[in-house]
Amino acid sequence: MSDPRLPATFENPGLPPHVHRAADTDPRAAKRAERQVAGLFTLSILSTIGFVVSYFAVKNDTEVFVPFIGATNLLNILLGVFLALALLGIGFGAVHWAKTLMPDEEVVEERHPIRSDDATRAKAVGLLEAGAESAQLNRRPLLKATAGTALGLFALPLGVQLAGSLGNPTKALEELKSTIWDVKDGKPIRLVRDVERTPIKAADVSIGAVFHVLPETIKDSHHVLEDKAKAAVLLMRLHPNDFAADDLGKKARSWGYEGIVAYSKICTHVGCPVGLYEQQTHHLLCPCHQSTFDVTRDCEVIFGPAKRPLPQLKITVDAEGYLVAPQGFAEPVGPSYWERKK
Amino acid sequence: MSTAASARAADLRAGDPKSSAPASASAKKAGAVASWVDERTGIAKGASFMLKKVFPDHWSFMLGEVAMYSMIICLLTGVFLSLWFIPSAGQIPYEGSYLPLKGITMSEAYSSTLAISFDVRGGLLIRQIHHWAALMFVVSLSVHMFRVFFTGAFRKPREINWVIGTLLSMLALIEGFAGYSLPDDLLSGTGLRAAEGFIRSVPVIGSYVSYMMFGGAFPGEAIIPRLYAVHVLLLPAVLIGLFTAHIILVMVHKHTQYPGPGRTNENVVGFPLMPVYTAKAGGFFFLVFGLLSLVSALVTINPIWAYGPYDPSPVTAGSQPDWYMGFADGALRLLPGWLEFEIFGYTLSLNVFLGAVLLIPLMYTITGAYPFLERWITGDNREHHVLDRPRNVPTRTALGVAAITAYLVLMFAAGNDIIAIRLQMSINDITRAFQVLFFVAPILTFWVTRRICLSLQRHDRDKVLHGRESGTLVRTPEGQYYEVHEELNEYDRWKLVGFESPAPLALPSGKDANGVASKDAKKEIRRAKWSNFFFKSRVEPVTPAELATAHHHGEHEAIETPAGAGAQAIKQAKQD
Repeated sequence: MSDPRLPATFENPGLPPHVHRAADTDPRAAKRAERQVAGLFTLSILSTIGFVVSYFAVKNDTEVFVPFIGATNLLNILLGVFLALALLGIGFGAVHWAKTLMPDEEVVEERHPIRSDDATRAKAVGLLEAGAESAQLNRRPLLKATAGTALGLFALPLGVQLAGSLGNPTKALEELKSTIWDVKDGKPIRLVRDVERTPIKAADVSIGAVFHVLPETIKDSHHVLEDKAKAAVLLMRLHPNDFAADDLGKKARSWGYEGIVAYSKICTHVGCPVGLYEQQTHHLLCPCHQSTFDVTRDCEVIFGPAKRPLPQLKITVDAEGYLVAPQGFAEPVGPSYWERKK
Repeated sequence: MSTAASARAADLRAGDPKSSAPASASAKKAGAVASWVDERTGIAKGASFMLKKVFPDHWSFMLGEVAMYSMIICLLTGVFLSLWFIPSAGQIPYEGSYLPLKGITMSEAYSSTLAISFDVRGGLLIRQIHHWAALMFVVSLSVHMFRVFFTGAFRKPREINWVIGTLLSMLALIEGFAGYSLPDDLLSGTGLRAAEGFIRSVPVIGSYVSYMMFGGAFPGEAIIPRLYAVHVLLLPAVLIGLFTAHIILVMVHKHTQYPGPGRTNENVVGFPLMPVYTAKAGGFFFLVFGLLSLVSALVTINPIWAYGPYDPSPVTAGSQPDWYMGFADGALRLLPGWLEFEIFGYTLSLNVFLGAVLLIPLMYTITGAYPFLERWITGDNREHHVLDRPRNVPTRTALGVAAITAYLVLMFAAGNDIIAIRLQMSINDITRAFQVLFFVAPILTFWVTRRICLSLQRHDRDKVLHGRESGTLVRTPEGQYYEVHEELNEYDRWKLVGFESPAPLALPSGKDANGVASKDAKKEIRRAKWSNFFFKSRVEPVTPAELATAHHHGEHEAIETPAGAGAQAIKQAKQD
């Protein structure tokens, strides 16, 4: 049924006939386009002037109410809008000019294979070989070997300098283990409120309360942020009956004081502060990646990407009734690392 | 001076003739300047080559332009910001004009960012343009990559440029992260806090690398100036270098074009650089810049004054990175804790390492390798300058959509807390759902996309064979009704039939002509299987014979019955 003379596939019909625009045939349309483009450029000119005037005329702290945005800085709005109009005027003007008045007939450019022809390739190879030959590269293996080695090694000093001087990693393992809760002179360290830095009486901590806590030693710290980044602690008081009856619950309770327990605030996942305490369920939630820890069971992970419980800080009270930590953390705080258990 | 020497000097001048009289005084002046430059650079040769270069027109070709312009705007506004920003973690009391933070101890970096926002006239605008342009840069280069992928523009000879683009994309993420960490506000500091945790998770060397990068214990005072050097010097230099190579290769290859009448693999049809493309592309730079300025004037981005200075102890709920880092953050939220375990007393935190350290290089390695994998499967070693319509390569399109789906699942997972609050749902359920979706959704979207591509191809066939519906109903004397179909003209038809639909490789017997097992048999069989996966579901373009047959059947009958080999292909595809 099909005609054997028909080709197997369709053939490219070539460029369709060109259709002229209004501005190509109608001088009035062309004039109109010209006026539109000039109008857009004029908008740009006026906006630039507007920018400069508002830069000098408007005060830096003037607030203005803009519908849908609210109270906002007037200078920022004026500068931004004028800059935008100055730029958009040029942009729209140029594009409109191109679309209405510049030639719209498409041009055809031939492509050629990216690959060089064989003669050119042979010539390049010949040049390379002749160059290597004239430099006596192959005849003098000693030069080849030493030059190669020297070139291979020359970046080493730079690499050594960089890696060697960035920071001293030899103290890393020791420092990652220690915090300023570590007791030096046998004297227990008082717990103080974060920000106010006042000591906390056990009696001041009511059931359900949460305190953000630092060691009293923070006042002597020369590296406040670095020490805080490891020593931040969260203190909560639970009803003693709220702790789980299993070993974990018993341990948590015995490391605390009358239901007051203290845990490292630095998440064991990647180190965000575990700042959200849910009083009813006794869960601690890390706001970064939602690891959830159960305070009644020694801060075991009950949900989320963290693996390990938050380290507990053993606490008791001193003679004046203030909460103190008789010893530092029993394990490194914060995110895991290769030698954590070593 | 000897006569020979003066003759030679005269020779050297011989090539510098006075140009013929120009039309106007200003043209004369311009001509003189151009002539001065050309005599010293020979620029006219290059200019005449460049100015007549042809660029095809299509909206999707402007996506890469948006990326380029956003990058330039970032560089420009970045220079402004560097004049006021102080890259120092040194702690000082705040003395600027933002009252709520008066007297609070903060780093100089944060204090100077506040100064840019409140005390430098127009500083807030520049800062916001910088941030919005950075976001736009990553958005537009991502969408540009989608365009290149789905149209097969990465095929020979453009594989190297695809790899360069992949590197640009990855570096853009790191550049962005380094940039938004600089103000040292509570949000970005928390991001750095997490980044330190990421580095610690690297097996064996993690803790040492962390100490080297931060110059000691976290946070230290080294990271801000170091990130600054990386952000304003190292990465911009690499980005500009790669970007220049990217553009040069575009010139060398000449731009790809969409299939259409008159467009072939041997030509490029479009507008010359001078004047049309200069006006359009140049004007487009101003449009992108103008739009970013407008957004920056009206929409606040990263209000660092609301977060307060960095402090390791407090944190705000709903902490999220900039959108382009969302997928890595989402991966961290989804990876389960049991991926952390101990081997020989050492701790291996795969729950962190996989998502935070390995994911980005892995994702970009797969992306960069794709052209080479596809070439291995198809065995196609020809140059391709005419783009594929995505529907005509259903398996590639489906693979791309599946990859984007997996990415989006991770990205939305980074908002699991926000979703939980807004929709009043359990965060645990949402997280579990995302964990399942990460594996299930890409398979689903792969399958659905491939079906959609095949349907669209069939629709194209239908349109070619039976024309487009004209909306005119005709009643025959016998009382039958039918709709008159208008045949496509040859130009419209070409867009729908001008493509290839290769058949999968036949499964080789694994034996040579003498019945001896061939050495490469296993490799060949594996390749045939992949080829089958890639090309199995396919619809062939209409052939002239099929069209003639359809005509023969008569206009109105042809509506119901597809005929010929194409119909076979349709049947085949339906069975798959």
